[in-house]
Amino acid sequence: MGKRMGLGVRRCLGFAVLLSLFASGTAFAAWEWNFQAPATPIAAEIINLHSLIFWICVVIFVGVFGTMFWSLYYHRKSSGHQAVQFHENTTVEIIWTVIPFLILLFMAYPATKTILAAHDTTSPDLTIKITGYQWKWGYDYLQDGFGYYSNLGTPLAQIEGRDKKNDNYLLEVDNPLVVPVDAKVRLLITADDVIHAWWVPAFAVKQDAIPGFVRDTWFRATKVGTYRGQCAELCGKEHGFMPIVVEVKSKEDYAKWAGEQKQKATAAADDPNKVWDVKELVAHGQQVFNANCAACHQPNGTGNAAIGAPALVGDKVVMGPRKAQIDVVLNGQNNGKMPAWRQLSDVDIASVISYTRNSWGNQAPENVVQPAEVKGERK
Amino acid sequence: MSSIPHDLVAGGHPHGHDDHAHHPTGIMRWITTTNHKDIGTLYLWFSLTMFFVGGVMALTIRAELFQPGLQIVHPEFFNSMTTLHGLIMIFGALMPGAVGFANWLIPMQIGAPDMAFARMNNWSFWLLPPAAIMLLLSLFVPGGAASGGWTMYPPLTVQSGMGMDLTIFAVHIMGASSIMGSINIITTILNLRAPGMTLMKLPLFCWTWLITAYLLIAVMPVLAGAVTMLLTDRHFGTSFFNAAGGGDPVLFQHVFWFFGHPEVYIIILPAFGIISEIIPVFSRKPLFGYASMVYAVAAIAILSFLVWAHHMFTTGLPAASILFYMYATMLIAVPTGVKVFNWLATMWKGSISLEAPMLFALGFLFLFTTGGFTGLILAIQPIDIQFQDTYYVVAHFHYVMVAGTLFAFFGGVYYWLPKWTGHMYDEKIADWHFWGSFIFFNVAFFPMHFLGLAGMPRRVPDYAQQFTDWNQVSTIGAFGFGLSQLLLLWAVLKCIRGGAPAPAKPWEGAMTLEWTLPSPPPYHSFETPPVVK
Repeated sequence: MGKRMGLGVRRCLGFAVLLSLFASGTAFAAWEWNFQAPATPIAAEIINLHSLIFWICVVIFVGVFGTMFWSLYYHRKSSGHQAVQFHENTTVEIIWTVIPFLILLFMAYPATKTILAAHDTTSPDLTIKITGYQWKWGYDYLQDGFGYYSNLGTPLAQIEGRDKKNDNYLLEVDNPLVVPVDAKVRLLITADDVIHAWWVPAFAVKQDAIPGFVRDTWFRATKVGTYRGQCAELCGKEHGFMPIVVEVKSKEDYAKWAGEQKQKATAAADDPNKVWDVKELVAHGQQVFNANCAACHQPNGTGNAAIGAPALVGDKVVMGPRKAQIDVVLNGQNNGKMPAWRQLSDVDIASVISYTRNSWGNQAPENVVQPAEVKGERK
Repeated sequence: MSSIPHDLVAGGHPHGHDDHAHHPTGIMRWITTTNHKDIGTLYLWFSLTMFFVGGVMALTIRAELFQPGLQIVHPEFFNSMTTLHGLIMIFGALMPGAVGFANWLIPMQIGAPDMAFARMNNWSFWLLPPAAIMLLLSLFVPGGAASGGWTMYPPLTVQSGMGMDLTIFAVHIMGASSIMGSINIITTILNLRAPGMTLMKLPLFCWTWLITAYLLIAVMPVLAGAVTMLLTDRHFGTSFFNAAGGGDPVLFQHVFWFFGHPEVYIIILPAFGIISEIIPVFSRKPLFGYASMVYAVAAIAILSFLVWAHHMFTTGLPAASILFYMYATMLIAVPTGVKVFNWLATMWKGSISLEAPMLFALGFLFLFTTGGFTGLILAIQPIDIQFQDTYYVVAHFHYVMVAGTLFAFFGGVYYWLPKWTGHMYDEKIADWHFWGSFIFFNVAFFPMHFLGLAGMPRRVPDYAQQFTDWNQVSTIGAFGFGLSQLLLLWAVLKCIRGGAPAPAKPWEGAMTLEWTLPSPPPYHSFETPPVVK
């Protein structure tokens, strides 16, 4: 209760917040203390529902504790008040059982309506499959046949305080989910490893992603813009570092974007037997490494002993036979401390291994891994 | 009693229980004790120790969250801190604390010499330290301590290292301890009451514990089952919670919360009992609506078995079951409201004085009700969609667990310290302890409502910059709250070492049987049962 105060108090505080904003000169909003602006009808409905119930609670609270403080003041022993020895009254007991019950009925009615509305996932305009991974999101546009991963976009240097933090610190990704405005988007949500939860506050969508099961939910965004959320179910050490960004585009912009994605998908469906050039592999491998591996092994390959991530510089496996390293990347090791990366493509895995074998002073004897070899090692 | 002296006769000590303080001294007194007061003291000190250990973990969490970025701990260790903080506070501080009060007070309040099963009582306590040591040692094993949250959801907890196994065994042991304690309490209350003390004359503290003990017996085995399935999934190739093997990760949540929700009431009901003892005494009036208070506790206990899935509102339940669990959860507001109204009516037209026990009782009333209202708001499923797994939930359950149960315990400690030690406590330190706790509690936890509303998830070691300000306020409050607890330690130690001698009944409004005994009470509370009119 009481997460929001009266309007007057709110304005005063708002003013104080404005002052402090000017004083500090920061660009992001400080002292955030209420719901984010809603971008779907359901989110708006939930805010209204919350306001209704919140204010009912405030009124009861004031009544109950007004009585308590009245009693504390007027029925003090120090003011000479003598205790009146009553201790039972059936009528009163019945009244304060029945009235709260009626108030609850009054609250339950609008809540029920919202629940039923929020559960109608029929006739969507677009269906997207969302997969939670440790620790990123995968988005698959089922009707258009393309998909991609969405990784944290904030560099490690900002997290560790070596760099100034962005305005969207921890709430930025490399590839956001893109959806058209005013379209009913149905989400099929699942997970690959452990339970995650896909949450965007402005849409009032929070759905657990459960490995082995598919749950569905939906939203209809009514405003073009960028909306940010986070994983909301503890999913391991990087749980705080797998944000969600949704870009709501106009119908035309969306169509254009989807067309480009489809083209890219066709182009990316490379012949797995194509022999790649070392430079291509290493360049692509660096991107793959920074998106997936750098969080533990560090961008410069020095590792992080505190969490058991070995340095890759001069590492035995990295400098040794290719096959062993392909196996580690595909299947993980040490009980999942090094996770399995099977979900990456053959090209990605070949590139990232080639990158580690040719970087930070590493010059492995077997310095190139081709996608076809990775394909051969998948069981 | 005819079967009990059997071994006494065999040992040649037929006069054993007539000796007043016939027991070993030094450390052996505590290890071998079968005395309800000694065991109560052990429980309370254990609880206080765990409270400080869990508190240090909480402060580690708050220190890391003082500003965005990673400064003090690694994310993995941060997750271990949130996990252990939860487990230690619930199973190490709050539950043993409540059992400590039960041990000290139930025999004295019902006019009995001791608990029904004195040796089992010893065993229930001495199971706890090994369990706590296992939990704490898990910090030092390869892979670190459990880090999947106190709720231990698989598959995450199937991934983790041997720290998780130690946690599972610790939970098993603490569960066994709780079950034995509960059997003892139920048997004591049902069989050892003084002549004339009918059930409807029981002090409310005994009533709340009687119902709590039944809840414990019902749900602790369920928790044991859940963690055992987790153990076999981890090591013996079963697939209870693994979809690939035909299981379901959500099954764990159902089983866990079938334990977990009644657990919430296991923690709060004894606190209701303590508050129901304190408010009448310091209002100098009998408790208003005694019978309806008993029925309300029973109603809450029964409803607590029917609401578990409100912890799972975002797992994707069908609309029909969401509606059922939402309505059932909202219904709990009715008996809870009855209790609050009855406490207020007890104070109404009383002759109120504000010693430390009453201050904590009023703090309880004010803040627990706040937590009750946020609980009602969280029960509304569409709103819960926005709040599930955010700081709003963290604020809510700290309002009921800390400002609720813990404040009731603090009040209970000051209320009964004169009886336990034979000395009056220092009112000034106790008052400072109250105001420090009350103010800093709100500074620490009220802003968490704002953080949750604005969208900050819980269990994250780092956060986006718009959450910085309230997190800083909260961290300052948390350290203030932590430091205020040193005043408790000071007040208790000072009271044990000396102070004004306490009369048998230092509170003029006190009516229960423990106040008819001298302070401190004799080693075996009532050798001859008093007669209750």
